[in-house]
Amino acid sequence: MRSLQAENHPLSNTLQQLTVLNTGTAPIAALPKFEDKLEQANLYPLRPTGIDVLQLNIGKMCNQTCKHCHVDAGPDRKEIMSQETMQQCLAIVEKHNIGTVDITGGAPEMNPHFRWLVNELHKLNTKVIVRCNLTIIVANKKYFDLPHFYAQNNVEIVSSLPFYTISRTDAQRGDGVFTDSIKALQLLNEVGYGKPDSSLKLNLVYNPSGAFLPASQQSLETDFKRELAQHYGIVFNSLYTITNLPISRFLNYLIDSGNYEAYMEKLVNAYNAEAAQQVMCRNTLSVSWDGSLYDCDFNQMLNLKVNSPCNHISEFSLQSIMERNIVVNQHCYGCTAGAGSSCGGSLA
Amino acid sequence: MSTYYNPEDLKKFSSISDFQPELGKKFFDYYGEVFKEGALSVREKSLIALAVAHVVQCPYCIDAYSTDCLDKGATEQQMMEAIHVGAAIKGGSTLVHGVQMMNKIKELTM
Repeated sequence: MRSLQAENHPLSNTLQQLTVLNTGTAPIAALPKFEDKLEQANLYPLRPTGIDVLQLNIGKMCNQTCKHCHVDAGPDRKEIMSQETMQQCLAIVEKHNIGTVDITGGAPEMNPHFRWLVNELHKLNTKVIVRCNLTIIVANKKYFDLPHFYAQNNVEIVSSLPFYTISRTDAQRGDGVFTDSIKALQLLNEVGYGKPDSSLKLNLVYNPSGAFLPASQQSLETDFKRELAQHYGIVFNSLYTITNLPISRFLNYLIDSGNYEAYMEKLVNAYNAEAAQQVMCRNTLSVSWDGSLYDCDFNQMLNLKVNSPCNHISEFSLQSIMERNIVVNQHCYGCTAGAGSSCGGSLA
Repeated sequence: MSTYYNPEDLKKFSSISDFQPELGKKFFDYYGEVFKEGALSVREKSLIALAVAHVVQCPYCIDAYSTDCLDKGATEQQMMEAIHVGAAIKGGSTLVHGVQMMNKIKELTM
């Protein structure tokens, strides 16, 4: 499977995605606008509450090509963050004492400057989260020592495992991914990750393998812990449930499978104002591989830059960023459906 | 009307209140209460509903509760086992009536 970009697919154009989201068909165009929903809850314009998390997307290159990937990542994507841009991010983290840096991709480990970045952040005593796809750990011998590297730098690991069965995981992430993910989780456990008496945090991410919403985070966590412990001897700390947002490859899947309109209606019908108050874009700032600033990783993939005079890390101004109105569109319903969704799991 | 069952009609379920609002409201209030988390989890209730949907052979209910079971985190195996429970009861209820047939035979024969 290749990325939408490599296939020159119409949906690799972000403007086309926004058109599909807003006026794709008559039923889609008839859906209430997300900003109107926020307005009803006195949340529009949506405003930031701070920058607790700086999320760095350090590249679109990945060893996997997942069917639902909102980044359209894959082995054929070459965009990666330069060391110079990383240095600019580090300077902002240090200057503004940002508490958490969340490193994502693609497979962030495939960026040649990844380890340098993590080491530098560790020196700043910042909490570092790495969104590791697990299979990278067993993909090539140059990555075999990643569990030790993570442990040495006290990195918090957040890893996708869509389900505790082979069929649903491989259906979404590719053949063999479940088996490799299990091996990687066992290696992480071996160095202390996820153990009850360890400070090394290992959190897993569940996201639905299809056009449906996540179940209760608490009940799924119980299931995952029971099944992974019983069958594979794996332990972990928390499970985050994340709703698939209708953009990029997941949008393509929805359209191809005939589920697009029903899924959007489902998201809209499940709108939860309580979740809307707590969406992650209010306390997170997202930086792309080229240093551009976004309200979240999803806006980044739709090329919806922050609504601020400073929209690049090289010209960062805390005051300007805090004065901005957060950019919203129809995909935002994904973060407010049901119990809500964020990079840290459910919200309400 | 080209078919008795149209998937789009599922979305119109609430319109059954149009002709009798009072009873419709009572039904939907009750329905909502039944499916809340209680002594049974919402997932268990959804699996029961899926099994019953098959036993009563309601296409709307099968559509709705196949989706709902996935939303509630059920596995494919759990969903199929639930249907087997429904099938076993339906098959069993047919066969257990065989005792009535046997009783009648005893009554009528030497």
